[in-house]
Amino acid sequence: MDFFTLNPVALLASLMIAATPIMLAAIGELVVEKSGVLNLGVEGMMIVGAVCGFITAVETGSAWFGLLGAALGGILISSIFAFLTQVLLANQVASGLALTLFGLGVSAMIGNGYTGIKPPGFNTVNIPLLSDLPFIGPAILSHDPIVYIGILLVILVWYFLNKTKNGLVLRAVGENHDAAHALGYKVIWIRFSAILFGGMCAGLGGAYLSLVRVPQWTEGMTAGAGWIALAIVVFASWKPYRLILGAYLFGGVSIIQLNLQALGVEIGIAYLSMAPYLVTIIVLVMISSNHLRSSANAPGSLGRIFHASQ
Amino acid sequence: MKLLKSILMGGALFFGLSMSTIAGEPIKVGFVYVGPINDGGWNTAHDKGRLALEEALGDKVETVFVENVPEGPDSERVMTQMALSGADLIFTTSFGYMDPTLNVAAKFPNVKFEHATGYKTSDNVSNYSARFYEGRAIQGHIAGSMTKSNIIGYIASVPIPEVVRGINSAYIHAKKVNPKVEFKIIWLFTWMDPAKESDAAKTLIEQGADVILQHTDSTAPLAAMEAAGNVIGFGQASDMTEYGPSPRVSSIIDDWAPYYIERTKAVMDGTWKSQAVWHGISTGMVGIGEITDAVPAKVRAEAIALRDSIVSGAYHPFTGPLNKQDGSSWLASGEMADDGTLAGMTFYVEGIKGKVPN
Repeated sequence: MDFFTLNPVALLASLMIAATPIMLAAIGELVVEKSGVLNLGVEGMMIVGAVCGFITAVETGSAWFGLLGAALGGILISSIFAFLTQVLLANQVASGLALTLFGLGVSAMIGNGYTGIKPPGFNTVNIPLLSDLPFIGPAILSHDPIVYIGILLVILVWYFLNKTKNGLVLRAVGENHDAAHALGYKVIWIRFSAILFGGMCAGLGGAYLSLVRVPQWTEGMTAGAGWIALAIVVFASWKPYRLILGAYLFGGVSIIQLNLQALGVEIGIAYLSMAPYLVTIIVLVMISSNHLRSSANAPGSLGRIFHASQ
Repeated sequence: MKLLKSILMGGALFFGLSMSTIAGEPIKVGFVYVGPINDGGWNTAHDKGRLALEEALGDKVETVFVENVPEGPDSERVMTQMALSGADLIFTTSFGYMDPTLNVAAKFPNVKFEHATGYKTSDNVSNYSARFYEGRAIQGHIAGSMTKSNIIGYIASVPIPEVVRGINSAYIHAKKVNPKVEFKIIWLFTWMDPAKESDAAKTLIEQGADVILQHTDSTAPLAAMEAAGNVIGFGQASDMTEYGPSPRVSSIIDDWAPYYIERTKAVMDGTWKSQAVWHGISTGMVGIGEITDAVPAKVRAEAIALRDSIVSGAYHPFTGPLNKQDGSSWLASGEMADDGTLAGMTFYVEGIKGKVPN
């Protein structure tokens, strides 16, 4: 039970890796929800991204092409959801759940024959001088490039949503689609593109699992990561910078409980694993207990179907 | 989510089966799997058994299977569908299917059921399991001989007696060759979650383990070991040779084929009777995969000698003197553990740190 044997460098390094796939998927979903659409198919989009990325990487021999394949796969499957909910006006919750089931099934089908293969990998980023710094170097600055792409993406999304006109329009559509429509914004097309962006991000998150973190293809390998990503968006109360915190918390808890177990610390592992979800529920309760706060956080039109005639 | 998925699968199964019953002469054998058949581990091994059964009996047998069936009450529907659509014999291949199997079997007295790795039987439910702990003894011996850091990592799955038995057996034999050895055990509470398995392996490596044993089903831990270099591990349930000669230095292989063929033939002959069997290396149900060149010749020879002595019955991996974790005596010198105690084993032997989770 010696806490000093915990290596903070290794801990922080694996925490960053564990947080990356859920952060990628969550930032995509955050944009989707900000535009007023609830897509519960994150798990399905992630697993499709995982298998598409894996197959592309193996066939082309390049992990970067793998990422591209994963992004395209994610976009393709999310376009089904976008078509169903934005053009055919189908129920978003049901369509999202169906997307997850479909994604799990279709990924198992196309991934058949790719088990037991090792994919090409990424080189770790090596920044001269910085990567050699004590502590910070090995813990934070010597990862594969996707870890940084994930963080960069969150910053870009923050900038887009808060500092650009298009970002403000997207948020307006999410807050009140009727008003946005009345002002002449194309609600359907803005949402359509947000959904595709969400699909791309989820696809990248899935590919991070199959190409970097595991790295191999196994059916159902996302094992609930998509649902965690959904929880993180709520935990972050739709704010990108809190989303980084959420991803590190959710990823961190899973890493820390493994480390504590290996150290032989006798704590309730179940409680520790439960903790992030408890916090999420508390955040939800806090948001909904205060009307002013809730209107400031959850997008007003979240999950509502829009039709120009209404 | 899982529920929905099972409903859909159940539906698909129903249609699939009802169509095939029309053809219906041959004996119909169903298999229920807890994970995907291409996991490269536990489920792949069972499905190999199914394919061997088809090959052995040709058109006299027809097999059906459903993969990714969650343990617990959910699995009852899948079994019920199989029984309703004419299966004569159903193999349920995970510990958590035990009570569901008994429940469904009570409703279909004419259908024979075989449940793997449990401990309950009834008139039409047999249970079959393999003495994996025999293989764990050999892994423990290799692990204890080869570790330089004296830290051996163990990725444990679900806290049931079978897994605890494996940990104990490996520990006893590692300790025997290397008294300084220490086990670090991580419980994942799942049979397969590649990302978690990989994280667990990395965590153990970070904490100094240079040999890792796994009781989870995927090859993800071996991939993590390969990336780390200088860490060795073992194939689990399937041979996992794609990670040989190192990190995979040997493996425990489950060979269910002879049993599946024997029991299917018994149903065809009408000689099927409920039984509880527990086969080991001697019958081939537990196989020890090739020990690669990464293992020094001396250790390999010792490991093979250990295997042979288990096969001949000269040696039992749980032979006293052995104490329980709390220091109370369990087996006196020379005494061998009885099957009843082993079947219900929920305690660690002396020397292992930590607690078996509830």
